[in-house]
Amino acid sequence: MAIKSKKKVKKRVRTSRGVSEGLTIHFMPFSEISNEDSIGKIKKVMGLVLANKIIILQGKLSPDDEVRLIENSMTLIGNIKGFQGLEIATISGEGDTINMFEKMRRNIAKILIGERDKITIIGPATVVKDIKRDPKKMELMLQRK
Amino acid sequence: MIKIIKNFARRLFSGIFGQRGEVKMGFYGSPNAGKTSLANKICQDWLGEDLGSVSKIPHETREVQIKEKVVIERGGKKIEFKLIDTPGIATKIDFEDFLKFGMKKKEAQNRAKQATQGIIESIKWLDDMDAVIVLLDASSNPYSQVNITIIGNLVARNIPVLIVANKIDLKKSDIKKVQGAFPEYEVVGISAKTGENMDEFYEELFKLIKKAR
Repeated sequence: MAIKSKKKVKKRVRTSRGVSEGLTIHFMPFSEISNEDSIGKIKKVMGLVLANKIIILQGKLSPDDEVRLIENSMTLIGNIKGFQGLEIATISGEGDTINMFEKMRRNIAKILIGERDKITIIGPATVVKDIKRDPKKMELMLQRK
Repeated sequence: MIKIIKNFARRLFSGIFGQRGEVKMGFYGSPNAGKTSLANKICQDWLGEDLGSVSKIPHETREVQIKEKVVIERGGKKIEFKLIDTPGIATKIDFEDFLKFGMKKKEAQNRAKQATQGIIESIKWLDDMDAVIVLLDASSNPYSQVNITIIGNLVARNIPVLIVANKIDLKKSDIKKVQGAFPEYEVVGISAKTGENMDEFYEELFKLIKKAR
């Protein structure tokens, strides 16, 4: 009886280790990409996405960088085996109702230090099934293997 | 970045030295938002013909479709524009999604390949637009990153934008949610399928083209 329960424990350990090895989350501070040009940022992000990692980025990419990232990932679909594109979502720390002064203050901060009060999640579509988003929260749905 | 500056300079000079010729009006949005359905409705109402085929299967439009010299009339005034219907923009494409619609593997793979090329083409066209209608499915979550990315790019390029929430004929549709997601923009709810609220849409379209000229 005692041997049987030991085996069960072993099995559980093996399963959980398998899951943790399959999923890597890469926390990227804003400083890691702030000095890069558009190509540099996309290269960095795509490198991690192609390595099946989920990126949690402090801040956000510019609209132009985002569109170039989508364009780049589209060129890779069909050329890199198993690559199906990516999921991306940004959430802001801003509330719904901010006054004029607060808006101005945030705009100045945005010019000086970038949009660091935002969080962007980027992940390969083979790992991230969907990112459900509303103004206040984000839910990350992972693919079941 | 250079393209954005070029586009801005083009718009600035055309503003200083008078009106430009035909306004290029782009239709952007996620797949299955109803871009081609709306383009067909406009073409039927003003030209008496369709622009392209529509389908429940996503990525039916995989190439940019253009209709030259579309003329609409409001209050005795006529306005002309070039209608540019673009393939839906998505961040991922899996050919297996098309298999669920009864497609064969080869056909699905081919559709996926064309869809990726269509998305690239849509993005390239962004720089050439004078005004854009961003179409959203009013029955889906409006906070999709594709919508936000498209609108963000239009703002950065100083291109006038009108947000249209389509499919208001569906019970699940929620126009207030769309308006809440984009409080800084004009949002018009329509049904391209039933023709609901097209009058208000044409009113806003007229204003948008005027802004772009």
